[in-house]
Amino acid sequence: MVGATRRVRVRPQWLGGQAILLIVLLCAGCKAKTPDNKTFPFLQRYSANPSEKTDLVKLEGEDGQWIMPAKNYASTRFSGLNQINTGNVKNLKVAWTFSTGSDRGEEAAPIVVNNTMYIVTPFPNTLYALDLTQPGAPAKWSYKPKDMNNSAKGVACCDWVNRGCVYANGKIFFNTLDGKTAAVNAQTGDEVWVSQVADINRGESITMAPLVVKNKVLVGDSGGEFGVRGSLTALDSETGKQVWKAYSTGPDKDCLIGPGFHPFYDSDKGQDLGVKTWPPDAWKIGGGTTWGWISYDPALDLIYYGTGNPGPWNPEQRPGDNKWTCGMFARRPDTGEAVWAYQWSPHDVYDHDGINELLLLDLPINGQLRKVVVRPERNGYVYVLDRTTGQVLSANPFAFITSSTGVDLKTGRLQPVKEKAPGVGRVTRMICPPAPGAKDWEPSAYSPVTKLLYIPHANLCEDAEGLSANYIAGTPYVGSNVKMYAGPGGHRGEFDAWDPVAGKKIWTIKENFPLWSGTVATAGNVVFYGTMEGWFKAIDARTGQLLWQFKCGSGIIGQPITYQGPDGKQYVSILSGVGGWAGAIVAGQLDPHDGTAALGFVNAMSDLPQATTKGGMLYTFALP
Amino acid sequence: MKRSLALLVILAVVACHRERRPLAPAAVDSQRPNPLRMGDLQPGPKQLAATGINNPYEGNAYAISEGQRLFAQYNCSGCHFHGGGGIGPPLMDAEWIYGSSPVNIFTTISEGRPNGMPSYGGHIPVYQIWQLTTYVRALGGFEPKGATSPRSEEMMAKRAEEPK
Repeated sequence: MVGATRRVRVRPQWLGGQAILLIVLLCAGCKAKTPDNKTFPFLQRYSANPSEKTDLVKLEGEDGQWIMPAKNYASTRFSGLNQINTGNVKNLKVAWTFSTGSDRGEEAAPIVVNNTMYIVTPFPNTLYALDLTQPGAPAKWSYKPKDMNNSAKGVACCDWVNRGCVYANGKIFFNTLDGKTAAVNAQTGDEVWVSQVADINRGESITMAPLVVKNKVLVGDSGGEFGVRGSLTALDSETGKQVWKAYSTGPDKDCLIGPGFHPFYDSDKGQDLGVKTWPPDAWKIGGGTTWGWISYDPALDLIYYGTGNPGPWNPEQRPGDNKWTCGMFARRPDTGEAVWAYQWSPHDVYDHDGINELLLLDLPINGQLRKVVVRPERNGYVYVLDRTTGQVLSANPFAFITSSTGVDLKTGRLQPVKEKAPGVGRVTRMICPPAPGAKDWEPSAYSPVTKLLYIPHANLCEDAEGLSANYIAGTPYVGSNVKMYAGPGGHRGEFDAWDPVAGKKIWTIKENFPLWSGTVATAGNVVFYGTMEGWFKAIDARTGQLLWQFKCGSGIIGQPITYQGPDGKQYVSILSGVGGWAGAIVAGQLDPHDGTAALGFVNAMSDLPQATTKGGMLYTFALP
Repeated sequence: MKRSLALLVILAVVACHRERRPLAPAAVDSQRPNPLRMGDLQPGPKQLAATGINNPYEGNAYAISEGQRLFAQYNCSGCHFHGGGGIGPPLMDAEWIYGSSPVNIFTTISEGRPNGMPSYGGHIPVYQIWQLTTYVRALGGFEPKGATSPRSEEMMAKRAEEPK
């Protein structure tokens, strides 16, 4: 069954022109009702200053380039390129390859700017620049961060991964596992500046791809399993100096919560909730790291990002809502000031980090065109929130869930199932979704052509038992025994097409292993993703039909991209190289006799070593 | 007079030691503790590895169970779990990156290793490092069966001592 896929449900064909007409009609009548400054007075102050049209805003709109892992500030991972389409994708061939020299998990997205491709490897985080104007795309230069601290590997929960670099103003920015942010001249590979942001002796590391907004490099931290106090840091893109730092826990002044903070729900209103919703001082080691994705709306001038799990996993050590963990913030990029916040999972008991991608879309919701943020969340629901206010408009399950019964749209609160909460001295069975969630960090894509969201995710459940966790700085702070296994149906991965307006699944592709790769949607109506066995697949965006696949050397946990080469042709690139949390059993050569290994993921992946081996390699495909 | 003579003798002895220039060092001066060897290759004839340090708790059931308790308490289990590994390597397989001898394991815990293993030396008592060493050896299958408890099934619905 290795590599086998089955199509389950084919999307009905009616959603063509009729749907577009319907949406046009819906939109026509709704403009007057769109949230405006009168309804939400706090917006007035900000919308007085129209956002700057920077070069970056222009570049992210160019489909020939791919300047940030999410493709654009709205994080749609959609390309307008259409040379490769459903008719000809079957002819796709390898154009060239590049070995990264690493045998750890390759989670990064390559980026393409000015006929150069940039990739950053797992630790020791080497940055390569590949010349796309030359046959075979040879390396122009490589940049190795100096004085990399090997001990950082000891505070990296889930392999030594890096999720990519980003281009802005002639520089490439990326983070290193040992807690640094580096700026490198995009032309020459010369170091411009390096800033130390995180401290491994406090359990902090960095794996996320930064985002550059208005000359600020936004950097999040990792270490939710090490009692880290999570924060987001803004660095000046020219100097690397810190402009602001916003903590996810603690007093309002540390969280940059001030008079401009207007959360939608009552449970998020009040003073110093980042202290009051914790046992005394527990917020200081309470998690809420920011290792995932950041989006930016230039019109509203707001950045959006999620916060990770509270620490320790053992929930009995931290009664309360544990704000602002497992939630999201909307902030001003200039000052870091919080505008609103929302918690996906108040008092999370499962490690359901709230850090997944946030897609900024304008969708017709109940007859109104709304500025929304769409989030396929680890707890198993696709949320649609009004991104101006933080109101939850809908939250529908996209996976099998036993841990909660739904989201109360009046209070915005997740409705947990008490019997499924793990505790000390007892084993709770059949918790779905498990710790890595229905969907982990691997980002989805949205096609404005099909109006569908494409969600690569897992189908897993777990047994869990709480343990008393002991805080020792620089060591794990977890307090849980976990064993994961396949969810209903026995397959461990799913690739869904999801209608965010109707809030329902259109079709699903079942995969043997959990999906740990991102996806890209194209105007050619082809969607790409990879599997942990190493299959790189092209899917019909409307029907879910498998159109083409290629077996890469190692399992795929990277993020596909597409770009236009200097020859005018469309290319598709993906990094192969198994690892990450799901692939730790292969990358770290773990022993499957202990099902609790790698936070319990090994129990669900004991057959992965038979399906794939290690080794980082970039593959680029093109039509002949 | 007697006193000054004694002083003179002491001075002479001390001064002699200070001024001594042994052109051929005595064999005893060139001895050093046998090194910890992490590899099997030595230049020239093979010499012994460190044998001067023995694990005082080898084969001791109490030390193994204490080591198991400390393994959780000091968060070793946060990286190595119950022997299968995660952030750190597995301890129940046959591969030992830094050696499997008690001295090797003691050194790993005490001094740390450059790929992420923290150095616990100075942070916890030496006897506890030996207890941890003994438990890690038990995970690896090196301790006598009679001294180790049966490997626990970590996700039991109820603990053994609880009523069924």
